[in-house]
Amino acid sequence: MAHNVVADKNQGFVEIEAVIDERHSLESVTGKISDIPLSPVLPRSIIGVGVVALMLLGAMMTSVGFLLVEGTGVWGINQPVGWGFAIINFVWWIGIGHAGTLISAILLLLRQEWRTSINRFAETMTIFAVMCAGLFPLLHVGRPWLAYWLFPYPNVMQMWPQFRSPLLWDVFAVSTYATVSLLFWFTGLVPDLATLRDRATGKIAKIGYGIASMGWRGSARHWQRYEIAYLLLAGLSTPLVVSVHSIVGLDFAVSVIPGWHVTIFPPYFVAGAIFSGFAMVLTLAIPVRALFGLKDLITLNHLNNISKVMLATGLMVLYGYGMEAFFAWYSANTYEGFMFINRATGPYWWSYWALIFCNGVAPQLLWFKKVRTSPAILFVLSIIINIGMWLERFVIVITSLHRDFLPSSWGMYTPTKFDWGLYLGTIGFFLFLMTLAIKFLPMISQFEVRELLHKKQHKNGH
Amino acid sequence: MKEQAGHKTFGVVAEFADGEALLKAANKVREAGYTATDAFSPIPVHGLVEALGIRRSRLAGLVMCGGFLGAATGLGMQAYFSVIQYPHVVSGRPLFSWPSFVPIIFELTVLFSAFAAVFGMFGLNGLPRPHHPVFDTPGFDRASTDGFFLCIQSNDPKYNATAARSLLEKAGAVKVSEVGQHPDDPE
Repeated sequence: MAHNVVADKNQGFVEIEAVIDERHSLESVTGKISDIPLSPVLPRSIIGVGVVALMLLGAMMTSVGFLLVEGTGVWGINQPVGWGFAIINFVWWIGIGHAGTLISAILLLLRQEWRTSINRFAETMTIFAVMCAGLFPLLHVGRPWLAYWLFPYPNVMQMWPQFRSPLLWDVFAVSTYATVSLLFWFTGLVPDLATLRDRATGKIAKIGYGIASMGWRGSARHWQRYEIAYLLLAGLSTPLVVSVHSIVGLDFAVSVIPGWHVTIFPPYFVAGAIFSGFAMVLTLAIPVRALFGLKDLITLNHLNNISKVMLATGLMVLYGYGMEAFFAWYSANTYEGFMFINRATGPYWWSYWALIFCNGVAPQLLWFKKVRTSPAILFVLSIIINIGMWLERFVIVITSLHRDFLPSSWGMYTPTKFDWGLYLGTIGFFLFLMTLAIKFLPMISQFEVRELLHKKQHKNGH
Repeated sequence: MKEQAGHKTFGVVAEFADGEALLKAANKVREAGYTATDAFSPIPVHGLVEALGIRRSRLAGLVMCGGFLGAATGLGMQAYFSVIQYPHVVSGRPLFSWPSFVPIIFELTVLFSAFAAVFGMFGLNGLPRPHHPVFDTPGFDRASTDGFFLCIQSNDPKYNATAARSLLEKAGAVKVSEVGQHPDDPE
C-alpha cells in the first residue's frame, strides 16, 4: 500500500517547523490514521495499559460500592475539612478536560494550524476527563440516586434550587460543558467515521461505523452546513470553557474561608486548568505518537507549541500563587495572614513546597528549546505538572479548611484507602476509556488533516 | 452498481482527479444550466458551493434563535422560580437579583445554541440517512478518502443522460457512470 512507503520514508523526519510531513498524499494520510482502529492487532503496550487500567477500575468500583453501602463516612472528610478528595479530584479532572476544548475551539478560531493533528485526541480526553470529574460531586452528595434534586423540576416538596449559589451554577455549567463537548466531539467524528465505514473490510465494522457515521456522504451542501456548525460550536465553546472554570473558581471565592475568598480565583483557575490540560495532552500524546509511528503528523513542532502554552499558563499560575501571598499580607487580615504562614510552614508544609516545585520551578525548563523538543524530558515534566496541579487543589482545599477560625475547631485531614481507591480508580477509568477510543476511533481528525495537507501542498505549488 | 432495466436513474456521476478539477467542472456544469447537481468530496472544497449555485445555508440564523431561546429560558425560569414560585430572601438580596442569574442564563444560551447548531445541521442535511443512491457509484467508497465526485441528477429539468455524460467528460472527468435509483428510495 502506498502509505507504507511514505511511512518508511518518514523515519528520518525531524523537521521542527513543520505541522505535517508534506510528502504525504490524501490516501496515505487517511490510511495511516484509519489503520490504527481498523487493524485487528493492537500494540502489546496498549493492551498492557488497558489491563492495568481495568484493575484500577476495579479499585474504583470497590470504593464506590463501599461508599454507597456505608455512606461518605468511609472517606477521610469530617469537620472542619468537609471538602476533601472529592472536590480536589473534581477540580483536577475538569481542569484537565479544558485543554481539549481550548485546542479544538480557541485554536480553531485563532487559525492555528498545529491544532489539527492533536484536536481529536484532546477532545476525547475532555469527554473522559469530564466523566471522571462528574463522578465526584455526584458521589459527594452522599445519595447519588437523588442527585436529580439539584435540577429545577416540579416536586412534591415544593422546593426549588437556590439560583444565587455558585454551586448550582456549577451544576448547569458542568452539565452544559459535558453536553456541548460531546456534541462538538461527535460532530467532528462523523466524516471520519464515514471514512472508516468506507475503508472497513469486516462486516461488523462496516455496519457499526455505518450507523455511527449517520450516512455521511460528503455532499457539498452538507459540508457547507457542517463548516458553519463546526465554526459556531467553536465560537460557543470558547466562552463556555472560560465560564466553567470561572464558576468552579467562584465555588471557592464566594465563600468566606481565608485562602478562598480572593478575587483572583476565577482567572487563576482558568489558567491552571489550561496548564494541567496541556500537560495531560503531552502525557498521552508522547507515548501514542511513538507507539503508532505518528511522528510525521504529531511533529516536534506540536510538542514545542504545547510546551510554550504550558510555559505561559504556568507563569500565570505562579503569578496567582504570588498574589495569594500578597493578598495575605496587604489585606492586613489576621486570618488571611495566618492562613498563608500555615500553608508554608504548618502541618501540610510539604504539599505547598512540592506544589511550588512542580508548578513553579520545574516548568522553567520550558524556556529552553532543547527541552521543548525532546519528548522524553517533556513526558517526565508533564507528569510532574499533573502532580503539581493536583497538589494545588489539595493545598487550596485542605490547608484553608483544616485551621478553622477558632483553634478549638482545628483538625487534620487524612484520606482513607477509599479516597485513594476512588481517585486512582478514576485514573484507571480514564485510561481504559482512552485505550478503547484508540482501538475504535481515529485519534487524529482525518478530514482536517487532509484539508491541511491539501492547503499546504497547494501553497507550495505542488 | 450498473443501471438495472426497469429502474429509474438517479443521475450521472463523474469522478475527478482532485478538488481543483472538481471545482472547474462544477463551474462548467452550472454554466451549462444544470440546477439539480451535487458534489461529493473528502474535504470541504472552498468555492464549490458558489460554483454549484447552492444557496447559503440558513443554519446560522437557526443557531441565533436557539441562543435567544436559551437566554429567555434561563432568565424566565430563574425569575419565575425565585420571585413567584419560591420567594426566599437569600443574604438580603432582592427576589429578582438578576446579576446572580447571569451565569445560568449564559450556560443555557450556549447549550441551546449548540443543540440548534448540531441538530439543525444534521436535520437540514437530512441525516441520519443510512442509504443514498449515490453510494452505488463505482468507487464511491473513496469519496471519504481521496475521491472527488460531481453528480447531475435525473430530476434536473434539463436532464439528458447522454448530454450530461459528454459534458462531464469534456469537463475533465476521470470516469463517468450512470447510477440507478432503488425503487424503494425516496425521491
